[in-house]
Amino acid sequence: MSFELILFYMFAAVLTVAALGVITVKNSVHAALLLVLSFFTASALWLLLQAEFLAVALVLVYVGAVMVLFLFVVMMLDIKAESVREGFVRYLPVGALVAAAMLVEMLALIGVKSLAAQALPVDPAAGENTAWLGKALFGRFLLPFEVAAVILTVALIAAVTLTLRHRVGVKSQNPSGQVAVKPSERIRIVKMESVNKGAPTA
Amino acid sequence: MPFSIQDLQLILPEAFLLFAICAVIVVDLLVKPTQRDVTHWVSFGAVAATLLLVVIDRGADAVGFSGMFVHDAVARLLKIFMLLIVAAILAYARTYLKDRRLHVGEFYELVLFATLGMMLLVSAGSLVMIYVGLELLTLSSYALVALNRDSSLSTEAAMKYFVLGALASGLLLYGLSMIYGATGSLDLARIHLADTGVGGHPSLLLFGLVFVVVGIAFKFGAVPFHMWLPDVYEGSPTAVTIFVSTAPKLAAFGMAYRLLDSGLGALAPHWSLMLAILAALSLVIGNVVAIAQTNIKRMLAYSTISHMGFLLLGLLDATPSGYAAAMFYAICYALMTAVAFGMILLLSRVGFEADDIDDFKGLHQRSPWYAFVMLLTMFSLAGVPPLWGFFAKLLVLKATIDAGFLWLALVAIVCAVAGCFYYLRVVKVMYFDAPTEKKALELPADVPLRWLLSINGVALLFMGLFFGPLLTWCYRAMGAG
Repeated sequence: MSFELILFYMFAAVLTVAALGVITVKNSVHAALLLVLSFFTASALWLLLQAEFLAVALVLVYVGAVMVLFLFVVMMLDIKAESVREGFVRYLPVGALVAAAMLVEMLALIGVKSLAAQALPVDPAAGENTAWLGKALFGRFLLPFEVAAVILTVALIAAVTLTLRHRVGVKSQNPSGQVAVKPSERIRIVKMESVNKGAPTA
Repeated sequence: MPFSIQDLQLILPEAFLLFAICAVIVVDLLVKPTQRDVTHWVSFGAVAATLLLVVIDRGADAVGFSGMFVHDAVARLLKIFMLLIVAAILAYARTYLKDRRLHVGEFYELVLFATLGMMLLVSAGSLVMIYVGLELLTLSSYALVALNRDSSLSTEAAMKYFVLGALASGLLLYGLSMIYGATGSLDLARIHLADTGVGGHPSLLLFGLVFVVVGIAFKFGAVPFHMWLPDVYEGSPTAVTIFVSTAPKLAAFGMAYRLLDSGLGALAPHWSLMLAILAALSLVIGNVVAIAQTNIKRMLAYSTISHMGFLLLGLLDATPSGYAAAMFYAICYALMTAVAFGMILLLSRVGFEADDIDDFKGLHQRSPWYAFVMLLTMFSLAGVPPLWGFFAKLLVLKATIDAGFLWLALVAIVCAVAGCFYYLRVVKVMYFDAPTEKKALELPADVPLRWLLSINGVALLFMGLFFGPLLTWCYRAMGAG
């Protein structure tokens, strides 16, 4: 058994246990943290496959950004475990049926494994996969890549459209106005006659 | 070389539109809310200029961006009609939006982005382009449907549309990945070669095909993937309904043509049966349920479902003449529906949506001309000769019989006759019922709306009488001689 294979089994075991934990633990914060663990191990598996770009992207994007956001949401929502588990037994038969159907479908698909038997040929000219991805994105896939950027713009505009409201009567600070203020607008210097009240009149 | 300057020449209209959208965004930022008409005219100009670029572009068929972008006669024809319809819709929608405080720059930006998505979709040469084009179109549509945030009906419609649309996109993507797995290529032309050859993995390919057909059926709104359609039509502001119900159906036809013919043409015997079932169900359910509707927007939604059934009939044959008939039908459908919803926009005022069939009562006494335009539209939708809708139906029925689906043609005819009931009911309400309001119709002082709507309505009669050139154009584009 090679060292790589040992590593694979180790990571695979951790991944499976962590993934099972995500759906079984009661505390949803723990579930989110276990999901982080499974992402880490999955990225380690990708590293074993020499897909270093995917591994790094998974850690950066999912662990670094998506899961942190997830954790925030989970902590803010304060979900009661009991209410989530309500009806678990009642829906179990339906769930089991769906799971069984999916299993059968997957097995039927793997039945066409003749295509998995021969590994795809490695292109020696491709080099590192980060470099290859970069070349593909800005070469062959330039157009879809640009359109994807347009889609992100649409998402931005849609989000602004649906959430921005101009309310009247809202009290808010206007920092640029605060900075640009002149002394004359804030302090009114009033000249007053000096009246000598102190002098006693005989 | 993956990218050359010729590619930019092929994609010039789309590139121009993208820059124009950026200009619209900046212009809208600079104008005051009271001057939104500036945004309107800039957007209108952008669509018109893009249309001009597509029309004057007479370059030969070519493929650019390493197979991603197809420049051919079908794409050009569809783009011309999509842009025409979008331009008309921008004109129809303005007064309605203004009256309801929905006249925001985002409406124009999202409509233009959706138009860009449609243009890319009908020119897609690869599975990736199909997917990104479709997403650009649908993401903009979701936001448009939710535009009126103060209406719970609108929000509900947007949520339904979003959830079901995401599900459909997921299914389509799943199917596309199966096809990629089976053929080893994302390129539609190469997929075509792979599945005509003996090699490949037939079961995997068929598995993918089923999901692709489901995705297409959802975009068309064919039964049983039609659930979103009535709610979206009824819930969204009419100015958005008119957009969602017209031009995207042309894009959906383009997508179906690219996927089913350019990509999976060799599997025609399989998908044509699937489409036959979808078409039969759409025809029956669309026409029967429409009879029970009292809301005209919902009625038109079910009428759309039945029209999509007719459109699918044209695809069954899997021959160029069948595709040409379906394309002719799609164009006809989009223009008819534009008038129908345009009339609702015309009659509606603040606090009065004109979306009940009863709101059309006695329209003839209040405004004979617009009652006549609506009459033409309803007759055309029903398929009464000599209007455009009749010839469109005739051609797809011919394609169905050519494909050997005689039973389906009979079902379609029976359904079309049943469908006449609810179209003619609108005509009856307009001409024979007493108006609820005695005074003459107050029409909005929007000259482009009134003129364009009238022209659009009369075009249904004109195109019924002189449909030859357009039909020839469709045939030529499909290469059917």
